[in-house]
Amino acid sequence: MSFEDWFRQDRLPHIYCAGCGNGTIINCTLAAVDSMGWKKEDTVFVSGIGCSSRAPGYIVTDSLHTTHGRALAFATGVKMANPKLHVVVFTGDGDLAAIGGNHFIHACRRNIDLTVVCMNNQIYGMTGGQGSPTTPRGCLSTTTPYGCAEPAFDLSELAIAAGANYVSRWTSYHVKELERAVKAGLETPGFSFIEALVQCPTNFGRRNKFRQVADQIEYLKAHSLLKAKRDRMLEQGEAIPEDMYIVGELMRRSRPAMGLPPAEAKP
Amino acid sequence: MTSRLEFWQGNIASAEGALAAGCRFFGGYPITPSTEVAEHMAVKLPKKGGVFIQMEDELASIASVIGAAWTGARAMTATSGPGFSLMMENIGYAVMTETPCVIVNVQRGGPSTGQPTMAAQGDMMQCRFGSHGDYAIIALCPASVQEMYDLTVKAFNLADRFRVPVFLMADEVIGHMRERIIVPETVEHTGRPAFVAGTPPFKPAAGSLIPGFPEFGKGYGTHVTGLTHDERGYPCATNPGLHATLVKRLVDKIESATEELADFDVINPDAEQVFIAYGAPVRTVQQVIADHKGKNIGFLRIRTVWPFPSHALALFKKAKRFIVPELNLGQIAREIERHTNIPVMSVPKLGGDLHTPAELSGIWEAKA
Repeated sequence: MSFEDWFRQDRLPHIYCAGCGNGTIINCTLAAVDSMGWKKEDTVFVSGIGCSSRAPGYIVTDSLHTTHGRALAFATGVKMANPKLHVVVFTGDGDLAAIGGNHFIHACRRNIDLTVVCMNNQIYGMTGGQGSPTTPRGCLSTTTPYGCAEPAFDLSELAIAAGANYVSRWTSYHVKELERAVKAGLETPGFSFIEALVQCPTNFGRRNKFRQVADQIEYLKAHSLLKAKRDRMLEQGEAIPEDMYIVGELMRRSRPAMGLPPAEAKP
Repeated sequence: MTSRLEFWQGNIASAEGALAAGCRFFGGYPITPSTEVAEHMAVKLPKKGGVFIQMEDELASIASVIGAAWTGARAMTATSGPGFSLMMENIGYAVMTETPCVIVNVQRGGPSTGQPTMAAQGDMMQCRFGSHGDYAIIALCPASVQEMYDLTVKAFNLADRFRVPVFLMADEVIGHMRERIIVPETVEHTGRPAFVAGTPPFKPAAGSLIPGFPEFGKGYGTHVTGLTHDERGYPCATNPGLHATLVKRLVDKIESATEELADFDVINPDAEQVFIAYGAPVRTVQQVIADHKGKNIGFLRIRTVWPFPSHALALFKKAKRFIVPELNLGQIAREIERHTNIPVMSVPKLGGDLHTPAELSGIWEAKA
């Protein structure tokens, strides 16, 4: 199979806006899934509500497009009831970090054997561009018309603190790195979290001085700071600029996990 | 081995009924007065190769149950008022996605935190209408420890057959009391409607309103969404006709089976004064009848409250009054009024105490 074989051709055209970053993330994820040699009947995609969460509807496997914020709780039921299934969750910043925040930290704590790909566009895209828990301070949205006054959540740090076995963050610019990160997540037993910062030209970019789609991708690239470089800077006592996103593999460990397939559960 | 005699608490009987019915997944959250169901499942399920998981809240509990159900497992949760309120969101999802699941609600006094340790029947309308949008569900009301067992088994069979959430609407008194129970050697097991590979997953077979169940992990590649969907399961949320057809089918598949689903006892059908009860108040009415041997006291005792068996009312041909004791302010009395021209007297009771036999006898004697 190639990653294209994982798409439902009869669902096209998709709902994503021109220039949306989500398609890039879906492609990277499916390429990683395909490289695992998984079969359609062994794999389930689960999602909540939002632009990101429409992704499972375009994939040929069994898929559960659930309620807002609850994808991880549904996925927990699927995985615990049948640990042989590979369960991948697509989510977004509003779905995961706002309404689904509690499910997120508890899924990380349980370290349940899921791979979660979060398309963090820093905005509620589907409902027309409201501020989310990851909207950067000062950014404009329909509900932060004078600039977002709230500090943003760092989703990857949250996943690490809550106990996830694998955590990586990249952007829609870093397609090769992202595919490798998702694959590493799929390979790692326990909870894997891959955060992908993505452009949303329709509802974030156009209110925040990114005139072209590429402007926002360029911004994400320019404001990405490799974890290794960040660590060197810290060692040398250099200040880390506040507007940088730390990217790379941020955590890989083997805490006890739940929902492992029978073979892995019995070492 | 044959059937055996036990002395069990109602909540334990419900858990045992679930285990006998083949329930192999329980997702729950502690809440009085239902917690014994979860505790018992936590002990027993792992020994049967099943999964018990305590989730972070009731939103997650019912979500995990729905996820498990799609893998083919018989799955349930148990809760009480405050948790039931949290579950409403995903109960709607289970209705829309036609997911078989069982929800035990051991009712306590509300609104809000209310009376955690006291009995009530205040969630009867919430279980029928609590999630947004139009829909229909099945709700069973036990009035004994025996029925906590029997109706839990029945709830699983109905959930599978009708692909709908089925509610066991118990109350604190029935959930916590202990009494004798005959545990049958085996129980009935109805499967889910069979799915034919290659057919549209949300299209019922000809002559049926219930589609076959395309269990996950079999290669069917089914997309399940809470959005309005077509027969392929694909979102189609802006098509007015399609939405109306889908919602009407979800309602019709339950309501068209009302007479078949009906489960009630008729006592003294030629009486003029007729009690109607479900759940704990049944016990008081039974005492009133026992205290007045030879008197013509009518009694319609209902186990399937939703869909409401309105045709049962007509069986009391000489009825001049329906007397409806409930542990709420008349939720089902109003439903009865909707179906009859005979006067309906609601006898509400709040606070956790049951109606006494003397209270109900007094009402009956006043017009007898």
